[in-house]
Amino acid sequence: MACNSATCQSGCYRDDNDKLDDQFPLPAPAPATVPNHRQQTTNGVSPDGDSNDSILCVKCKLNQPMAVDGNIGLFCGDCFRSNLYGKFRFSVTSNALISPSDNVLVAFSGGPSSRVALQFVHEMQMKAQKNFDASRDRSLPVFGVGVAFIDESLIVPVPADEFDKAIEEMRFVVSNLAPPIKQFYVVPTESIYSSDSDDGRNRLKELLTGVSDITGREDLLEHLRMLALQKVALENGYTKILLGTCTSRIACHVLEATVKGQGYSLAADIQYVDARWEIPVILPLRDCLAQELHTLCSLDSLKTLEVLNGHNSGINALITSFVKLLQEENPSRESTIVRTAGKLTPFHFNRMPEVDDCNIRLASQRRQKKYNLKPNESLPPESFCRICNSPLKKADVKSCKMEDGKMSAEVFRDTCCRSCQFQILPKDISAVEHFHSLLPLQMVARAEYNNLGEDKDGLLREQIQDCLLSDTEDGT
Amino acid sequence: MEGETAKPAKGRVCTICNQRRAALKRPKTLEQICRECFYAVFEQEIHGVIVENQLFKPGERVAIGASGGKDSTVLAYVLSELNRRHNYGLDLFLLSVDEGITGYRDDSLETVKRNEIQYGLPLKVVSYKELYGWTMDEIVKLIGLKNNCTFCGVFRRQALDRGAALLKVDKLVTGHNADDIAETVLLNILRGDIARLSRCTSITTGEDGPIPRCKPFKYTYEKEIFTYAYFKRLDYFSTECIYSPNAYRGFAREFIKDLERIRPRAILDIIKSGEDFRISTSTKMPEQGNCERCGYISSQKWCKACVLLEGLNRGLPKLGIGRSRGVNNEPGKNTKQAKGVESIQSKQCGNLDF
Ligand SMILES: [Zn+2]
Ligand SMILES: [Zn+2]
Ligand SMILES: [Zn+2]
Ligand SMILES: [Zn+2]
Ligand SMILES: [Zn+2]
Repeated sequence: MACNSATCQSGCYRDDNDKLDDQFPLPAPAPATVPNHRQQTTNGVSPDGDSNDSILCVKCKLNQPMAVDGNIGLFCGDCFRSNLYGKFRFSVTSNALISPSDNVLVAFSGGPSSRVALQFVHEMQMKAQKNFDASRDRSLPVFGVGVAFIDESLIVPVPADEFDKAIEEMRFVVSNLAPPIKQFYVVPTESIYSSDSDDGRNRLKELLTGVSDITGREDLLEHLRMLALQKVALENGYTKILLGTCTSRIACHVLEATVKGQGYSLAADIQYVDARWEIPVILPLRDCLAQELHTLCSLDSLKTLEVLNGHNSGINALITSFVKLLQEENPSRESTIVRTAGKLTPFHFNRMPEVDDCNIRLASQRRQKKYNLKPNESLPPESFCRICNSPLKKADVKSCKMEDGKMSAEVFRDTCCRSCQFQILPKDISAVEHFHSLLPLQMVARAEYNNLGEDKDGLLREQIQDCLLSDTEDGT
Repeated sequence: MEGETAKPAKGRVCTICNQRRAALKRPKTLEQICRECFYAVFEQEIHGVIVENQLFKPGERVAIGASGGKDSTVLAYVLSELNRRHNYGLDLFLLSVDEGITGYRDDSLETVKRNEIQYGLPLKVVSYKELYGWTMDEIVKLIGLKNNCTFCGVFRRQALDRGAALLKVDKLVTGHNADDIAETVLLNILRGDIARLSRCTSITTGEDGPIPRCKPFKYTYEKEIFTYAYFKRLDYFSTECIYSPNAYRGFAREFIKDLERIRPRAILDIIKSGEDFRISTSTKMPEQGNCERCGYISSQKWCKACVLLEGLNRGLPKLGIGRSRGVNNEPGKNTKQAKGVESIQSKQCGNLDF
């Protein structure tokens, strides 16, 4: 093994190719559908000519590098593509993000990141299918892929005709991918409410208009998006949710969390695996820059839809433009930010829960399995913010008493992180109760589980740790 | 607060005492309050920080790093005031560094000398000339205007420590404010410096060294320090170091000011994040030893000041700056740090350096 570092930027994972290929073979250098972009980018210069031969692709040393934003890039088109796919595949294989029995739901927004994520997971699935067809015993199944779009048009209005057109194009993108066939789900955010859709719509609207801080509203909508993804995944038998979150997005998130006082929970959000959810979430594009994903989309003519991607505002917008400025000044800045944050200690749920393959399809069993996981002894169980599900620092958790299982507004507020208390909850405590009543059940239930379950024990244990006699169970 | 419509001015009565006319919008909370209440909350907050963090013990000798600028002037004023009011029992001193910059330090030292009289605090001045044999003016003459802030920062830090040792004090306090600390948190993230990130929010540093340093203004906003100095008509010197001609404020500083505009609380939140980051305890700063030449704490054979001095004395002033190699010939070590730092440079040397 050449390098164990998941964030190694040197490209040295290539040494592992042979071993990794057993499970997920490399794609053919270029899919048949890809037009000859290389000839376009080297426009006017004969590939065999001597005129510009001093500059060659750093990888194959044969072709001329393609142009990136008007500059000469490092790679030729083919090598660029395989390098980017290599980063994706390496993060999948080295972190066991996808196993053959998985059913993966890709969160698709229409933007370049999730478009590439969909493309790559599709290519990986095709290779697995090829291997399956070629193998004699057909023992390894091929993982399934579905695609979900979260429809936020109730909150971020889009003209109806534009919206319908965009949905049709997305449907077309998904149906145009080679078999195995992928389901496409259009999931309105209000589906997180189990009640009928009119009621759900009203509650969602009321919930969001109750948040006066624009950054808070935006963040709440993002938390709700995850709930909607969890719901559609759970209802349709998916075992993983795949997000197209890239390095650039993570760099922004690092600063967003820092600026919002969420330094403690930050490490939870930026790993390849986030299994604090019922359906584990995976981030296989963690090591790819937004700019690379853009380049691939134009190189391979991958259709992206910007119509539906609302622009952010408030604190988040300020950070986006700050990071953009830094990146312009130094093209490795985003990677450096993510590398810094990558050195923070992750949480126990940032590993893939180990589950027997035969059980994986049974969500209920899976869930049980997950919580029966032997907790890592050095890491006590966490309690989580009711709204954003971020792990709470023990010192910030106020012991909360519930009377007759009913939760007062004060207790509810204390089960939210400081950041959500400030930017999402109403300032006026008398309004908090109503706000609570508007929250979807998943948020309410989550916290009750956390606060009544094993976490209390863990908290207690930690508080009295120094007066406990040494635990000899481990023989240490 | 963002998204909220401005409340109608309720006749502009102070929201704390409900009696006097509000004179300002408190930068930290945007409350409209009167002058007297502002002084009270400003001082009370600092007192709270001192008590809660047990910064001082009765009978201690404490040096205040005084540059003549607004941070250290307000610190000297407030600290002597609190010392009297709450019987801290501290022996306070002003400690200044004379870099030998004509027109800048001359004037700011005059300010500190007036403070000595105004606040009744004994003043000690240590000069670059006596410590290193060079004034900043002489250094600039030799190396030009570029890079001279490297000298300012390194030399000043050591000069303060040496002055503190001469005064035989137990502690050195500096005027670093909440904005400075928030900025440092961000810079360490942007530079990938996890070791510094883990300790840059500590209110006290160097506890293992001879003279610990602490920052009573850790949670105090720069704007409030300005406001306090303005209302109290404190005598401070406001020109920045003339050897930082770019007057470069850095992206990070500007970003923090933008943040503060839409959410004043963000500065405190950044500090909170800095305190809460889960950094494994094995991430430590490089082993600290002592400089073989002057005995000052150093992770390398020679301390940075001695490397710079050696360069000056040998007529190779670039020695120890950025990528050049010097006595501590460890390729990569210094180079890594220097890379890309220029454009996300921290605050100018007009303030006391970290
Ligand atoms: Zn190539
Ligand atoms: Zn929260
Ligand atoms: Zn008042
Ligand atoms: Zn300077
Ligand atoms: Zn030395």
